[in-house]
Amino acid sequence: MLTTTNTGPWQTGTICIALVAALPVLAIGWLAFFPAENIWPHLVSTALPRYLRNTLVLMAGVGVLVSLIGVSTSYLVSTCIFPFRTQLEWLLLLPLAVPAYVIAYLYTDLLEFAGPVQTGLRGIFGWELAKDYWFPNIRSMGGAISLMGLVLYPYVYLLARTSFLEQSPHLLDVSRLMGRSQFKTFLFVSLPIARPGIAIGIALALMETLNDFGTVDFFAVHTLTAGLFDVWLNMNNLGGAAQIALIMLTFVLLLIGLELLGRKRTGFYQSVGRFTARDRIKLKGCRKWAAFTICFIPVLAGFFIPVVMLAGYAMTYFHQSWNSQFRDYAMNSLWVSFATASCCVFMALWVSYAKRITGNGWVNNAARLASMGYAVPGAVLAVGVVIPLAAIDNGVDGFFRSYFGISTGLLLSGTTCALILTCVIRFLAISIGGIQASFSKVSTSIDMAARTLGHAPLKTLRLFHLPLIKSGVLSAALIVFVDCMKELPATLLLRPFNFETLATHVYLFASDEMIEQSALGALFIVLAGLIPVIVLSKTIAYSQTLTRQTE
Amino acid sequence: MNKTITAPFLLGMLFAAIPWSYAADEVNVYSYRKPQLIQPVFDEFTQSTGIRVNVVFAKKGMLEKLRSEGMNSPADVVFTVDIGRLSDLKNAELTQSVRNTVLDNNIPAYMRDPEGHWYGLTSRARIIVTSKDRISEGAVSSYEDLAEPRFKGLICTRSGKHAYMVALTAAMIAHHGIAEAQQWLAGLKSNLARKPEGNDRSQVKAIKQGVCDIALINHYYMYKMMTDPKQKPWADAVRVVFPNQNSRGTHMNISGMAMTKYAPNKDHALKLMEFLSGEGAQQMYAQVNGEYAVKQGIPLADSVKAWGHFKRDHINLIEVAGFRAEASRMADRVAYDD
Repeated sequence: MLTTTNTGPWQTGTICIALVAALPVLAIGWLAFFPAENIWPHLVSTALPRYLRNTLVLMAGVGVLVSLIGVSTSYLVSTCIFPFRTQLEWLLLLPLAVPAYVIAYLYTDLLEFAGPVQTGLRGIFGWELAKDYWFPNIRSMGGAISLMGLVLYPYVYLLARTSFLEQSPHLLDVSRLMGRSQFKTFLFVSLPIARPGIAIGIALALMETLNDFGTVDFFAVHTLTAGLFDVWLNMNNLGGAAQIALIMLTFVLLLIGLELLGRKRTGFYQSVGRFTARDRIKLKGCRKWAAFTICFIPVLAGFFIPVVMLAGYAMTYFHQSWNSQFRDYAMNSLWVSFATASCCVFMALWVSYAKRITGNGWVNNAARLASMGYAVPGAVLAVGVVIPLAAIDNGVDGFFRSYFGISTGLLLSGTTCALILTCVIRFLAISIGGIQASFSKVSTSIDMAARTLGHAPLKTLRLFHLPLIKSGVLSAALIVFVDCMKELPATLLLRPFNFETLATHVYLFASDEMIEQSALGALFIVLAGLIPVIVLSKTIAYSQTLTRQTE
Repeated sequence: MNKTITAPFLLGMLFAAIPWSYAADEVNVYSYRKPQLIQPVFDEFTQSTGIRVNVVFAKKGMLEKLRSEGMNSPADVVFTVDIGRLSDLKNAELTQSVRNTVLDNNIPAYMRDPEGHWYGLTSRARIIVTSKDRISEGAVSSYEDLAEPRFKGLICTRSGKHAYMVALTAAMIAHHGIAEAQQWLAGLKSNLARKPEGNDRSQVKAIKQGVCDIALINHYYMYKMMTDPKQKPWADAVRVVFPNQNSRGTHMNISGMAMTKYAPNKDHALKLMEFLSGEGAQQMYAQVNGEYAVKQGIPLADSVKAWGHFKRDHINLIEVAGFRAEASRMADRVAYDD
């Protein structure tokens, strides 16, 4: 870590950001002190073991699946040459744009008894009833793991790919010169260097898994989240639910802790060279087709199949779905997502850079605190936001009433500001994680050189760091944007009157098993997710050409 | 770059924050109920009165939102689909008493709070459906039957934790006491053909597919499925049974409304509530949704009418709501969702 003079504003800013981001989590912590009754004797003797078991199995399963898919595909597309590599490089990101609950509904339609797959099998073999044959039940733990893995692996893919691309080819050359096979080079050189990115990707995917309610509810997999909502809504015990939320938070702290521990043992920076097209290995024969298949299957299952199904439904119900309201929903979604992504990136840059140039304990802890929002299920976070926000509004109102005799009403609650603020708090962890991972690969000698040249921290950031970490920043912005397009529970509670986004619109129908009627909306969420993906892939391609030209 | 973005953003925040609660001719609705079901009724209201209805819908956290906003809350009326939420709102002291003769005349006493804190709008029956092919007519006639060993492996329901199932269990507790109700729920659980999954419609679908033969659903889903080309074959595969016709009658739940404690547009809110309990709106509920209107003399939707008249359980809904937490814990104790 480096110490520089004049880092005051960076520190103060970071602590302010962290406090705002931590506000809802603190509110939930406060609620946990006031349960309507002690839920634990009941939970421990009945459902808790099941909730814990399901949560752990689900997280382990999703964790393994996203690492397998994410690491293998990102390594292949960044270091090898095989058919359709350039297309797959960005195609592999696309499943990120498909909301987990949508893919769950679609695959259920496809694979259930009345779906085309089983109907076809019955036609071929002459079976009649469900009792006549065995077919894996999609609504199960296995189904939940597979489908969540399919839409969450891009977190790992995106961050791991950035790591692979940012690593110096010279290291790999050295490894190979010393007689290591390609696979061993991957295992002992590339993988350890890419670890921060991969670890953050897995941590993000797992936090998303932990928070998911829509998919696990639909598949009747009862996780801690299910328990939380049961205690809150059925047992009418918000305090008890807040206690469960805190337990889930501990899970997340463990995840973050493990990741930090892994990273601490190896400090590495690179200053020379990036991976470029020249350094890629050309695969031959069946190996190149194997590489193609490995990369194509996740895209096929996680993107093409759902999109084709959605497109089919959307065409059938086009006249019902396409109207002026629909265009408003789309604009709302785009605007909220864009504002959220911009704020997230701005704050994350601030926090990560402050951490880099000061390296003091306060700032490190603040950075961790700022990431807490991601660890709380959306609906709970929304309540955590409503409480302090309304308290502030009522405080301001009371002040104006008593001193000026006018009422200001609720200034923030129930506006798009409140909604954007919540989305920022919810997704700040994603942008901080991504941007920190990029920063960690920029050598500190750059900061030192900049200081020697007499540049202030802000100028150093603008002139030296930003160009180096640009693709990392864009990746972070992209994930936040796409995630925000899909965000549902917090949006439902916090949006202003008469304000629909595509996600809320889709949910209203999909939750009634009428996904067909809202297929157009779901398709738009996916398509809107494509825009940043295309921008990102263009930028990466451009920066690679630039590197090639300068070399 | 930072400044150029933040300045307009902050300005935008200020503009977005201009209070809308002062606007005239509006009424603000917080709804637990999906808007597509009530929007047409609101549109009618706006057309006949000129009062705009602003809606925000969410299933989770409405009560907490209302409580936090306190006396500055913009909400005038809250809509729910379950008696539980209505009594929660009243118990949290977030509603106000409305004494109004139009409402009292339109809505029978057992469908509203005695102190006027909430009013029922429609009622729905929790019915049993049985496979036309595999279960003979009359084989199942009560909720109690569902726990009998002869139906082992034949029944499908949604999660025992869902509000509709919780309300039924709570009603069983109210009628039979905790011990007997738990025996019943455990019996029902052991008769399940599969782990509870999906919503009410998917239980009917499961009967069509031969996964099970008997299911518990809310009656209007049958009506909705009959009007959907994809789902009609599911509905056609089952027979409707109104349980407990020879005893206390079929379990009913209500959807309803309540005026918030600090409603800023009280007069408009009252107009909306009166309108919704009136003939036009009640008719729309009945025709579009297939629900039972609370107002007397409203014709039923045709296919709902075809099921005939039935005896309803008139137990005090507030009492039923009081057993919800116990019912939810009971579902845990018998491991209903395992």
